[in-house]
Amino acid sequence: MSDDTPLLELRDVDKAFGSVQALTDVDFEVRAGEVMALVGDNGAGKSTLIKCIAGIHPMDAGEILFEGERVTVHSPKDAAKLGIEVVYQDLALCDNLDVVANMYLGREAHGQLQVLREPPMEARTRETLAGLRVTTIKSIRQTVATLSGGQRQSVAVARAVMWNSKLVILDEPTAALGVAQTEQVLALVNRLAEQGLGVVIISHNLHDVFETATRITVLRLGRNAGMFTRADTTQEEVVHAITAGQPTKVSGIPATNPGSGA
Amino acid sequence: MTAATQAPEAETLPPLDSLTRRIWDNIRTGNLGSTPVIAALAGVVLLFAFWAPNFWSPANFQNIINDMAGPTLIAYGVVFVLLIGEIDLSVAYVSGVAGVVVAQLQRPDAAALPWWVCVLLALLATTAIGAFQGGIVALIGVPSFVVTLAGLLIWNGVIFKGLPGVITIQSSQINDFSGYLFSTTAGWIMAGIVTAAYVGGNLWAAFAGRRHGIAVRDPIVFFGKLIVVPAITFATVAILNHANPASGVPLGLLLMIGALLVLTFLARRTTFGRHVYAVGGSAEAARRAGISVERIRILAFMISGAMAGLGGIVLAARLQSVDLNAGGGDLLIRVIAAAVIGGTSLFGGRGEVRNALIGAALIYTIEAGMFIKGFATGIIFIVTGVILLLAVAFDTIVRRVQARSGR
Repeated sequence: MSDDTPLLELRDVDKAFGSVQALTDVDFEVRAGEVMALVGDNGAGKSTLIKCIAGIHPMDAGEILFEGERVTVHSPKDAAKLGIEVVYQDLALCDNLDVVANMYLGREAHGQLQVLREPPMEARTRETLAGLRVTTIKSIRQTVATLSGGQRQSVAVARAVMWNSKLVILDEPTAALGVAQTEQVLALVNRLAEQGLGVVIISHNLHDVFETATRITVLRLGRNAGMFTRADTTQEEVVHAITAGQPTKVSGIPATNPGSGA
Repeated sequence: MTAATQAPEAETLPPLDSLTRRIWDNIRTGNLGSTPVIAALAGVVLLFAFWAPNFWSPANFQNIINDMAGPTLIAYGVVFVLLIGEIDLSVAYVSGVAGVVVAQLQRPDAAALPWWVCVLLALLATTAIGAFQGGIVALIGVPSFVVTLAGLLIWNGVIFKGLPGVITIQSSQINDFSGYLFSTTAGWIMAGIVTAAYVGGNLWAAFAGRRHGIAVRDPIVFFGKLIVVPAITFATVAILNHANPASGVPLGLLLMIGALLVLTFLARRTTFGRHVYAVGGSAEAARRAGISVERIRILAFMISGAMAGLGGIVLAARLQSVDLNAGGGDLLIRVIAAAVIGGTSLFGGRGEVRNALIGAALIYTIEAGMFIKGFATGIIFIVTGVILLLAVAFDTIVRRVQARSGR
């Protein structure tokens, strides 16, 4: 795989729910080591696109290339096998379990007779959190219910990266957080990219997007409405694409990306 | 938080919590476990010791244990169902079904099967009942309240149809499930084994942790437990060995402790147990983590059925007979009350197997004390009901406090 090959590439993705066309001819790509923001208004198709990648919704048409190879993703398990992990907005943590138990939920280390092996799980959890410089959690044996919103987000992200994942998708990671905790999570997102992972971040908050993203993909009404490089664009330009952008691609004609500065 | 200021700290491990800090955190988040109930139990024991004549006697102690053994075993199973956030209202009559199966199969004039075959078949039957009810809850999605309420009626009907009236249990081995007393020496040996297993298991876990660089949390609590648990064990055996007229540790106590150890291990040390808590905490999170929520639900109801069966056999042995009242009366309420009063949450995900033992001990101690003191059954019911109400109210408040502290 050359440097130019995207980690994940989607081509001409179509998806309809009954008579509602949620995605039309959508292209999308992420490179290893970059943060790709996926933005768009409500109903633009961001979540649907993510769910196609995660294997929750099957695509009607189009193809997925992972590390340059055509792959099929029919279930969340297929996605996990490829190294794709999704952190959903509601985090999917069990409040009554401690940090270690949540990190290993459904994939517990066990010996014979399904007996849990706590020491290695605890040690690895500690390493993973330290590696991501998540230092605000006092004890990894405290229940998740006692953590702040930012800490919970950190646990969910750490869980996603612990399984040798190559691509981490974050759905609105800062939506419910205060200013300081948002900073904490955005710093964490940047560290994931520094460690060579591909990161996709869905956000409504353009400030957050401009603080972390390397590139920005805009969807509007289920179609591509532009792809921007963060360094060469402005918030106004992105807002314009979100609210009034024209489809950058018509079926059968190669994409032109008029808004792209790259 | 910036990467630059945090970087040096990343090298050191997160600091261990101090004991006071953890206690404060637990109070703040309402994670009190069974502490209030143990305090209440101690208070009740002291109260009756001074107030009720003959309460403070080894024989009475032995009697309380024999009374609570059956219901406690049933309550252990209820804990698992409560942990996944469901309820099982059929356990009392399911325990009655086990009594009927055992009584019918041991009849010398009919099947006359060996005692262990009777017991095994009774346990198989009640486990199958649990699987059936759990299957309807998990696979069809009928609320467990309704499924087990229907079960309550159905199994009561089965008991009526399955009995000609009263069957006396003539198999002495089956009757031993309640009446058997171990010899004084056997009692001491058991206390020694329990102590060795407890101390050994804890030390082994601590050394396994050290190999991975994990220190013992709260050394004071750790070593305190290593002293207190053996002390209580030996004190219990000492008291029971001085009971009049028949001294010794009842088999019921051994069953309660043995089942407690096995089920606690299952709940706390296996992937299955971890998944039970996960389903109770957030079924959706468990599902997304790849856990088969349906499988966990069915297995929890099967444990409930199996333990109801074992408890039912002990209850039948206690009476040395099975009649049309098997599993009836206030058994259901006491069993669920034992689990809930002990600190198991009705909302799922919070609780321990030992809660059932502590709750049952409280209920049966109060009952025995008030009985000796000469209170009417009605008053005893009212007191038990008030305690149950207090326990559930407490659980609800704790839940609200947790929701607030969870932000």
